[in-house]
Amino acid sequence: MDHREKVIMSERVVVDPITRIEGHLRVEAQMNGNTIEQAYSSGTMVRGIELIMQGRDPRDAWAFAQRICGVCTLVHGIASVRAVEDALDYKIPKNAEIIRNLMVASQYVHDHVMHFYHLHALDWVDVVSALSADPKATSELAQSVSPHWPKSSPGYFSDMRKKLKGFVEGGQLGIFAKGYWGHPAYKLPPEANLMAVSHYLEALTWQRNVVKLHTIFGGKNPHPNFLVGGVPCPIDLNSDSAINMKRLSQVQDIITEMMTFVEQVYIPDTLTIASYYKEWGKQGEGVGNFLCYGDFPSNGMGDSSSFMIPGGVILNRDLTKVHPVDMSKQDEIQEFVAHSWYDYEGGKEKGLHPYDGETNLNYTGPKPPYKQLDVDESYSWMKSPRWNGQVMETGPLARVLNLYAQGHEQTQELVNMTLKHLDLPVEALFSTLGRTAARTLETKIIGDAMQGWLNDLIINIKAGDTKTFNETQWDPSQWPSEARGVGYMEAPRGALAHWIVIKDSIIDNYQAVVPSTWNAGPRDAKGQAGPYEAALEGTDLHDPKQPIEILRTIHSFDPCIACAVHLTDPDGEEIMKVKVV
Amino acid sequence: MSHDETLKESLTRNGVSRRGFLKFCATAASIMALPPSMVPAIAAALESARRPSVIWLSFQECTGCAESLTRSHSPTVEGLIFDAISLDYQHTLQAAAGDAAEEAREEAMKENWGKYILVVDGSIPLGNPGYSTIAGISNLDMLKETAKGAAAIVAVGTCATFGGIPKANPNPTGAVSVSDIIKDKPIVNVSGCPPIPVVITGVLAHFLTFGTIPELDELGRPKVFYGNNIHDRCYRRPFYERGEFAETFDDEGAKKGWCLFKLGCKGPITYNACATAKWNEGTSFPIESGHGCLGCSEPNFWDMGGFYKALSQPAVDVSQTAAYALGAGAVAGLGIAALNRKKKADVATDHQTVTIHDLRRNDPSKTEAEDS
Repeated sequence: MDHREKVIMSERVVVDPITRIEGHLRVEAQMNGNTIEQAYSSGTMVRGIELIMQGRDPRDAWAFAQRICGVCTLVHGIASVRAVEDALDYKIPKNAEIIRNLMVASQYVHDHVMHFYHLHALDWVDVVSALSADPKATSELAQSVSPHWPKSSPGYFSDMRKKLKGFVEGGQLGIFAKGYWGHPAYKLPPEANLMAVSHYLEALTWQRNVVKLHTIFGGKNPHPNFLVGGVPCPIDLNSDSAINMKRLSQVQDIITEMMTFVEQVYIPDTLTIASYYKEWGKQGEGVGNFLCYGDFPSNGMGDSSSFMIPGGVILNRDLTKVHPVDMSKQDEIQEFVAHSWYDYEGGKEKGLHPYDGETNLNYTGPKPPYKQLDVDESYSWMKSPRWNGQVMETGPLARVLNLYAQGHEQTQELVNMTLKHLDLPVEALFSTLGRTAARTLETKIIGDAMQGWLNDLIINIKAGDTKTFNETQWDPSQWPSEARGVGYMEAPRGALAHWIVIKDSIIDNYQAVVPSTWNAGPRDAKGQAGPYEAALEGTDLHDPKQPIEILRTIHSFDPCIACAVHLTDPDGEEIMKVKVV
Repeated sequence: MSHDETLKESLTRNGVSRRGFLKFCATAASIMALPPSMVPAIAAALESARRPSVIWLSFQECTGCAESLTRSHSPTVEGLIFDAISLDYQHTLQAAAGDAAEEAREEAMKENWGKYILVVDGSIPLGNPGYSTIAGISNLDMLKETAKGAAAIVAVGTCATFGGIPKANPNPTGAVSVSDIIKDKPIVNVSGCPPIPVVITGVLAHFLTFGTIPELDELGRPKVFYGNNIHDRCYRRPFYERGEFAETFDDEGAKKGWCLFKLGCKGPITYNACATAKWNEGTSFPIESGHGCLGCSEPNFWDMGGFYKALSQPAVDVSQTAAYALGAGAVAGLGIAALNRKKKADVATDHQTVTIHDLRRNDPSKTEAEDS
């Protein structure tokens, strides 16, 4: 290694793998002293699912699309059936709409809680510190923040500490090995650490139970089943093999179990932990532009006024104006590949609307094994989506801001309560802390709505409507020879849309632009940094060898990288050529 | 940090030699009235009181398999990773990131060389090493390096076992399975997209409890979970026998729980435990919730010709199958189960029609002869 190389290396902090996420993400941070000057986000794995989808039956598409991601399992299935239904102007029965809402909402609750405890918590919670907690004091803390949660006695926390102690002192730390334990950035007292670690374990048990809502309607989780034109599970109160009273009761129990945990554990823990990390309400903001498509229809996807979560764009933190989004307009949503390992026929500087999406795999990065990416050239398998040329953040914070800006009462109440509790100004929302808090708050908002949908389902059935599938357009012989459509939704990680072009009853082109591509994508042709990259700029690292600050901000977005990397190409031959090379 | 020593380590620390340790084991054996031949076994058991190390590598995957692991209720994932194994490297759950994560992998390999279990989810792209990297290392290199010191490999999910969705036509990245690359280690294939949660943990538990790999079928899958096809174990099978089929979703037959064969169910050619173990603590499984089986534990299931196309479309009509079934009773069931593997693989790949003649065969050797 020559001297010059050494200097370059010492200025670059590399975190790869970023763990506790979905997929394969690498972050490189160009340092100025202990401050991040520029950050680079790279998706390091590609499969090519959209290419694989070409030439197939559009009714099969959901199963392929769903395998884009097994963490936000189901969201790509939903976006896909909606895309086909939009293309064919295919209406679904009321019950199917309600059941889909219930399934998507339960995904939010499940996913957000798991993200908080199993993916994000260890950035804030020091497992080793929990060993020195006093069980009695931990019990007092737990009962003060959540008086009704039963697992809060001194004996319970004493057992938990003993279990943890045995584990840590056994010398085999397993999943906790090599964590940055003892790092001065950990601020929680031992009692809060012990409480959080206990809830980490409780949440593992809880999540296993509440996913059963997917199993009831979709047969399994992960990857429950869907159906173009409705849902596969029939309703028949007099059958032992359909949605009947037993199943409805199970769904009710699951909703109750979900929301009890959210209200008595997740929300109190978020507020408690946040109160020790208020300085994170001032950093990690990023771009300040927010995108939502909207979701949870009550009158079909065609009537966006019926959505529980509205669509819209917020620019430069300005909550007084929400701009409309047009998903079909050619120059509004575009994807760029200037720094991505793809080529466009019209040149790498161009942006393309997803209907005309085009991607030719062209890996030009360093030959593995490599130490550092060449960030002046292409450096990611993710593309860079833009809205009217602007970088957009999407996800829970975007949704909460949208709801807040559009006057949603419960949201305003929850946001104001949280800010007041933490004694923080509204600006603190635009931060790493704000992003994490927004995720918790929307879990409450969306989770609460589930009870309403279950009630609607029961009212519908009571009125004699048990229809779950619309058969009229199932047969492809009735389809137009050419059709195109967009299926969109709000996935837990943000605005998600699939664009499909159908020709002669098969998929001609398929393009997914997903939340983590919006958030984790690389620089575009104009050199604008993506949201992850922008959010890391200016962050101080206490110890560049233990870059916990990078993990905190990146995890606050809840990365889903398998989702974010995709490709499509109307001309399959181009790709095959690349494969041969 | 103090270290919970094994008995062997404690004796060593107190100045007891290897010879002294074996003498201790011999004394223990005689106290327990065991023959001297048991001494080495006792020594091994005492030495290995530490939890076995498991290294989990994720390549071209969607994390659905790791998610499925967390859904296991028996054994539970927390029971598994805190009491039974030491999960030393697993991207979704591990605290460490970046260099620290790679150090955890390297240390676990070094300390447990020859003894650790390697779990792999995801396929490996051979088209270009840059198609999938971790810490700048290609999947191929990381798999080869980590496999070297493994006692056994568990390939989890259809991507790792058979190539899965990345390998689906036209396989843009040149994706292959673990067994396409590693030839010198015992490999257990736990297929499914994802596999059933308790099947993943069940295979690990078997290894931990009995110290052996369970008996495998010709595709490397444990017979205990993949020994029967879903059709043979399906609670809707009697309706198939009686010729009662759902003709569309949400019709009378669908509501009453009749057979989904005509709606494309791949149960007859899919070997998995969905109909017996079911999903998520026995809550349901795809067919019970109204959707045909996708065939997700079989090689190339993505290219079987469509999820809603009936697998078997005899030239006449499926109702003929039913008529036959009515006449011949259970023999039809035996017949379809007895279709030999090659035939089934061909049907899957080419989406050939399965005729009544095929269904009637119930002697595998005879079928083989007829095919050749």
